Amino acid sequence: MNFDFTPAVADWKALLSGASVTVEVTVCALVLSCFLGLLIGIGRLNPQRKILYGFCTVYLSCFRGTPLLVQLFIWFFGLPRFGILLPAFACGVLGLGMYSASYVSEIVRGAIQSIDRGQMEAARSLGMSSSQAMFKIILPQAFVRMIPPLGNEFISLIKNSALVSLLTIHDLMHEGQKIISVSYRSLEIYLVIAVIYWLMTTFTTVILRRIELRLKAGGMVQ
Amino acid sequence: MTSPAMIRINQLYKSFGSNQVLKGVDLEVDLSQVVVVIGPSGSGKSTLLRCCNGLELAQQGTIDICGQRLIENGAILPEKALNNLRTQVGMVFQSFNLFPHLTALENVAVGPKTLRGMSVAQAETLSMGLLNKVGLAEKAHAMPASLSGGQKQRVAIARALAMEPKVMLFDEPTSALDPELVGEVLSVMKLLAKEGMTMMVVTHEMGFAKEMADMVVVMDGGRIIEADVPEVIFKRPKEERTRAFLQAVLKNEDSVS
Repeated sequence: MNFDFTPAVADWKALLSGASVTVEVTVCALVLSCFLGLLIGIGRLNPQRKILYGFCTVYLSCFRGTPLLVQLFIWFFGLPRFGILLPAFACGVLGLGMYSASYVSEIVRGAIQSIDRGQMEAARSLGMSSSQAMFKIILPQAFVRMIPPLGNEFISLIKNSALVSLLTIHDLMHEGQKIISVSYRSLEIYLVIAVIYWLMTTFTTVILRRIELRLKAGGMVQ
Repeated sequence: MTSPAMIRINQLYKSFGSNQVLKGVDLEVDLSQVVVVIGPSGSGKSTLLRCCNGLELAQQGTIDICGQRLIENGAILPEKALNNLRTQVGMVFQSFNLFPHLTALENVAVGPKTLRGMSVAQAETLSMGLLNKVGLAEKAHAMPASLSGGQKQRVAIARALAMEPKVMLFDEPTSALDPELVGEVLSVMKLLAKEGMTMMVVTHEMGFAKEMADMVVVMDGGRIIEADVPEVIFKRPKEERTRAFLQAVLKNEDSVS
């Protein structure tokens, strides 16, 4: 069995540009996912607010309960029927971000609910409104607890981003397949791609670990 | 009564589900008075105290505090007015509930900074003064996790004082403390009482009640069974249940000493 990495090496520029598109899609989706996940997670804190709670629960159920690939195809192939024609990149970001937001919302809700209820009581008894207490007191503490599960979710997001290659987005996966289609060196190219994805996820892991350690050193976590 | 009542509780009823914990409580706390509430566990003391700043909702009866009607037959003040009223009512919890992500100084300063629109410098000057008052100026930049229980509770008292409350509510402030740390918290409370702070204190510290209370209120089974000056409550209580409770508590204290 002979390995031949020359096609991958020869087309390194294509792989690099693919990798940078993957980073762009992932970072945009990540921002969307965190923002939306925070809102949905907070919306599910209080079942007494029936409309908000109901809406957020339906969101969670739909976006967590169906395959990401199906969601991406609905964005890209389905919506044009209603005259909604989004660029492929936007479909990729919306699809990935809104799918991931459903998971992030549960991370957010779990972390917030794990904060001792005395914290909210102490903040409210000083006279803070519930949103002041949430942003000044509860969320900073909950944030620390969110980091490890968020790290997992971000890593999933990076890996899941390979699916956007099916929406004609020229990401790392897409560029790799283009090289394979002319060189037929599928094993070698997929191995190279796998290593590049692994580097991205490992980099993310290291960064999050650093943040966690820094917060611990700062006394944010007991 | 000539002095104005800071807290006036009238026929208060409160239940958790089918469990009725307050069964028609009447109580008045006057300006600068120290009222100590004692009684067996489950008698409703803490719930009564927590009703006084709206942490629990009483379903029937009224509470007036600092000249405002907090609650009337289950209808509590609207959100904004409630938040405003709470700035005038300080609360100290059994489990301290310090904010663990903030230093001692920031714990005290966060209230005035957020709610009184104070600048960081103003809030920190005020907070430093209060930490000094509770004897913890040198711990200003310590995180709560590195403080002892007694120190935490003193910071918590300073935090409540930072809002310049007219009334202070204490919910078993020394119950979670190691015995040797109780004294430092009680002496801060005594200092406040001497300064004329209006205080309602739920506690098992009979020594504090004897020494500092203007009135001792004995609760049992969701009702106030007896309320009088400490000399009467501790020397010649009218109620058999008061006698039994005090005997049990004081016997315990004797066996320790």
